[in-house]
Amino acid sequence: MLLIHCPYCEEDRSELEFRWAGEAHIARPDAISEISDEEFAEYFFLRNNEKGLTYERWRHMHGCGRFFNAARDTVSDRFLMTYKAGLPKQPIPVAEERAAAAEEKTVETWEATEGDAR
Amino acid sequence: MRKYSVFAIAREAMRAHKGWDAQWISPEPRSAYDVIIIGAGGHGLGAAYYLAKQHGITNVAVIERGWLGGGNTGRNTTIIRSNYLYDESMDIYEHSLKLWEGLSQELNYNVMYSPRGVMMLSHNTHDQQSFKRHIHANRLYGIDNEWLTPEQAKAFCPPLDIAKTARYPINGAALQRRGGTARHDAVAWGYARAASDRGVHIIQNCEVTGIRRGPNGEVQGVETSKGFIGARKIGVSAAGHSSVVMQMAGVRVPLASNPLQALVSEPLKPIFPCVVMSNTVHAYISQSDKGELVIGAGTDQYNSYSQTGGLQIITHTLDAICELFPIFRRVKMMRQWGGITDNTPDRSPIQGVTPVPGLFVNCGWGTGGFKATPGSANLFAHLIATGAPHRLAAGLNLDRFRTGRLIDEAAAAAVAH
Repeated sequence: MLLIHCPYCEEDRSELEFRWAGEAHIARPDAISEISDEEFAEYFFLRNNEKGLTYERWRHMHGCGRFFNAARDTVSDRFLMTYKAGLPKQPIPVAEERAAAAEEKTVETWEATEGDAR
Repeated sequence: MRKYSVFAIAREAMRAHKGWDAQWISPEPRSAYDVIIIGAGGHGLGAAYYLAKQHGITNVAVIERGWLGGGNTGRNTTIIRSNYLYDESMDIYEHSLKLWEGLSQELNYNVMYSPRGVMMLSHNTHDQQSFKRHIHANRLYGIDNEWLTPEQAKAFCPPLDIAKTARYPINGAALQRRGGTARHDAVAWGYARAASDRGVHIIQNCEVTGIRRGPNGEVQGVETSKGFIGARKIGVSAAGHSSVVMQMAGVRVPLASNPLQALVSEPLKPIFPCVVMSNTVHAYISQSDKGELVIGAGTDQYNSYSQTGGLQIITHTLDAICELFPIFRRVKMMRQWGGITDNTPDRSPIQGVTPVPGLFVNCGWGTGGFKATPGSANLFAHLIATGAPHRLAAGLNLDRFRTGRLIDEAAAAAVAH
């Protein structure tokens, strides 16, 4: 199960709270009734389905309910970053920065946030 | 190729089994072939076999990145059935089922096709209406499918719990008696042996890294980890990696690659006589000839090439299995694995020509490609040999996503199937 960082709640939460919502940064054509069948197929059906780095949308369904974007590696399933909806495609931080950011963050457990497991 | 028979076994028994030949040869690639098929799973190997046998094209190479039958062919739950709703689906799956019935004899290889019956459980009014619609459509089309009451379902599959107080009560079931299972590895091996015997080259551990195109856009061959190999016709049959391979030719396909998991239990004495599927609670179960319960789970929600999946997916399936078959509550699970399924928006496969001359595609079989192996391979060979789709596969074209003529089995089954 994936551990996903919601950029609105600013918390790492279990995948069970989220719904995958497809490839990110696909803009709906402005005049959709005027585009050709090829353009509609491109917009509606054709996807990159990348092996490796992919940009995708998630929705924090059982949390804040908001959509956001994520950059993820589809081979390792590792999340490289998540960012708020509406922002342009974000550059991927280099490996050292990611490692430093990961060290700073404490892993959230029930014991740490809610109380004593006993 | 030496024919397998009871006499061959007797002869080899006399000489300590030292006379068995390798089942297929593993040659170095030639510089060019008439046809290259990318992906040595059941579909790709089968297509090579039918190209050689039915179309007389023997100068064929099947190129495989890993080992033959090591992808979804060796990772599925081996369910075979043809009780689909739409004509296009019934055509190809029924064509396949008919080929399954004679496949062991045709290949001289025991693929262990076992028509033990596939029973799909109905849990609510919607299921019942949907299944009866399928049954009527199937019977009008000449495909067997029948409705069972809960008591008849229980008689057909005794471990099933049909109590009204059950967590997932059953109000009936749809049964296709000709459905069943087969030995997945044997299908790949049988096709490989028969194809190799007809001169097809099976080149394993050879990754395709590019597709070379000519001045008019036509294919000229493939770049591989063993160098360039020429061909004027290329068939892509790469399952979960189809979009990666098609991208090499600059073709985008409407596919999402998702992990799909399966698992097997410790071996048990024969207890489970058929295949039971419950789409509503996501549980698929049968018993292999080794005695393991073979259980299929659902897909993960996100795109991935990781060949693994989330634990919550299989937990969900096992919850359902334990409710439907309380007798299995204390059975231990032995192995779990994932495969990468290539799913189309309408959950129906794509087989047809592409915008690139000489490039043919067979993909999008998603979570249900094993049952289609012989039929898909047979029709894919026809497509490659003649350059035009067979009548039975004409509706599965890539162009349907432009025209809107979808085959919406996703809506028909209300679930991945």
